[in-house]
Amino acid sequence: MVLFGEGGLTELANQENETIGIAVASRSRLREIALKAGLGLLLALAMAFIALPVLALFLRSPLPSIAEALHDPVVIDALRLSLMTSSITTLIVVIMGTPIAYVSARFSYPGKELADSLIDLPVIMPPAVAGIALLMAFGRMGLAGHYVSSFGISIAFTTLAVILAQVFVSSPFYIRQARTSFEDVDIALENAARTLGASRTRTFFYVILPIAMNGLLSGAIMAFARSLGEFGATIMFAGNFQGRTQTMPLAIYTAMQGDLDVALCISIILVAFSFAVIVLVKVLTRRVYKRC
Amino acid sequence: MLEIDIEKSLRDFDLQLRLDVNQGQTLMLVGDNGCGKTTLLNLIAGLDRPDRGRIALDGRPLFDSDLGIDLPPEARGIGYVFQSYALFPHMSVYDNVAFGLRARKMPEEDIDRRVKKHLKEAGLWEIRRAKAADVSGGQKQRVALARALIIEPKLLLLDEPLCALDVRRQAAMRSELRETIRACGVPCIIVTHDLRDVVSLGDNACLLERGRVAMRGRAEDVAVWGGDQE
Repeated sequence: MVLFGEGGLTELANQENETIGIAVASRSRLREIALKAGLGLLLALAMAFIALPVLALFLRSPLPSIAEALHDPVVIDALRLSLMTSSITTLIVVIMGTPIAYVSARFSYPGKELADSLIDLPVIMPPAVAGIALLMAFGRMGLAGHYVSSFGISIAFTTLAVILAQVFVSSPFYIRQARTSFEDVDIALENAARTLGASRTRTFFYVILPIAMNGLLSGAIMAFARSLGEFGATIMFAGNFQGRTQTMPLAIYTAMQGDLDVALCISIILVAFSFAVIVLVKVLTRRVYKRC
Repeated sequence: MLEIDIEKSLRDFDLQLRLDVNQGQTLMLVGDNGCGKTTLLNLIAGLDRPDRGRIALDGRPLFDSDLGIDLPPEARGIGYVFQSYALFPHMSVYDNVAFGLRARKMPEEDIDRRVKKHLKEAGLWEIRRAKAADVSGGQKQRVALARALIIEPKLLLLDEPLCALDVRRQAAMRSELRETIRACGVPCIIVTHDLRDVVSLGDNACLLERGRVAMRGRAEDVAVWGGDQE
């Protein structure tokens, strides 16, 4: 029995397809809404998890006591020492790390994999372990410290130890970022500079460095921030002496034993610094050169 | 005159080439991707090193494995226009063109005079302050060419100079490029995929296959090679 003509059959098939199509579309839209809601919830949770402790820090510390803390000699000493050592550390890391990062980005040599892994090692090494390791190497009885101390020079438990500990833990943050920035510079630009008559050095300073500069700056800022927050390796290797090795994080730890308010105030100063650093990194890395 | 007689073993094959390009002549290099065209340009420019052989320009060896000569790229005096143009994105059009003269530590007033002349001739004077990354494809090509020519090279190497342009601009730039190269009067090697480039820009042409010269002849005969191959 023929119920439909040929056209009627096609029409029915089309209608059926349409119904199926609508069902599929609404199902996929529902799935998309659910996915978006899930992701939104996850984001809100993550933000609350990070923002809540920071907020608590600010809510718990009365404003006048922050101003008061800024006059406390312990805080002043710690702030001065932290800024000084972190600045020197960043300088050392940049001066020594830049050529290392460039070589790592551009050249291959025997043992490169091993060297790269070694450079990255402090990132995953627990800071306390780094501190003990530094003590075993540069302490008075340490592998290298033994020789140095025979000249009457002692490294451990001095401001120099604070700087060494900071260099140890923060250098990978700079070198990794610098390496990526150098890798991103098109090799054709280097080649073009060379054929135009520029030496390797001139090419590096006039072509490669300016193009990689944003990445290098943000790497340096990250290394500075990591140095500013360094605690574990410093307390193990440099100790906790006010004005000499007691940086901000160590001062917080010490204050915690007695006056929580002082600890909170120093923490807030450190948070404000860290936040300023992140904002600075974001601003600096936004300006990226277009490729030609 | 450019004389090349070199060997280099590459990953997939051995490059083995013997080529001469006379003063004022343009040699067009054609061939499939990965046949060694760009490698050859890099070897001539000193960006890559042959295993053996000799490269000489006007009788002066740039590379000679027997004599232990291997001049660095900056000492070869070769004008190289890269496929992607390789303009320095952080510099203005002016500074890109002035780069080679500044590398030679030329007095700033001489640089200014020469750059001005080249930019005006290339129709780039109006956009001299624009960042190289912000100019159009055709302008980039002109900047790259002006930058290579201002150092008064003894040899010109151009790697697919027109391929980054749209078809309509290609035609206009092709004749402009021909005029500029002719005016230089130095040997020139151009790598291309486009047979129209071969016919309109070249005097001679050379087909490379897996690092060797498969065919060689006059540029206008290239169309016949294509016919034979197909």
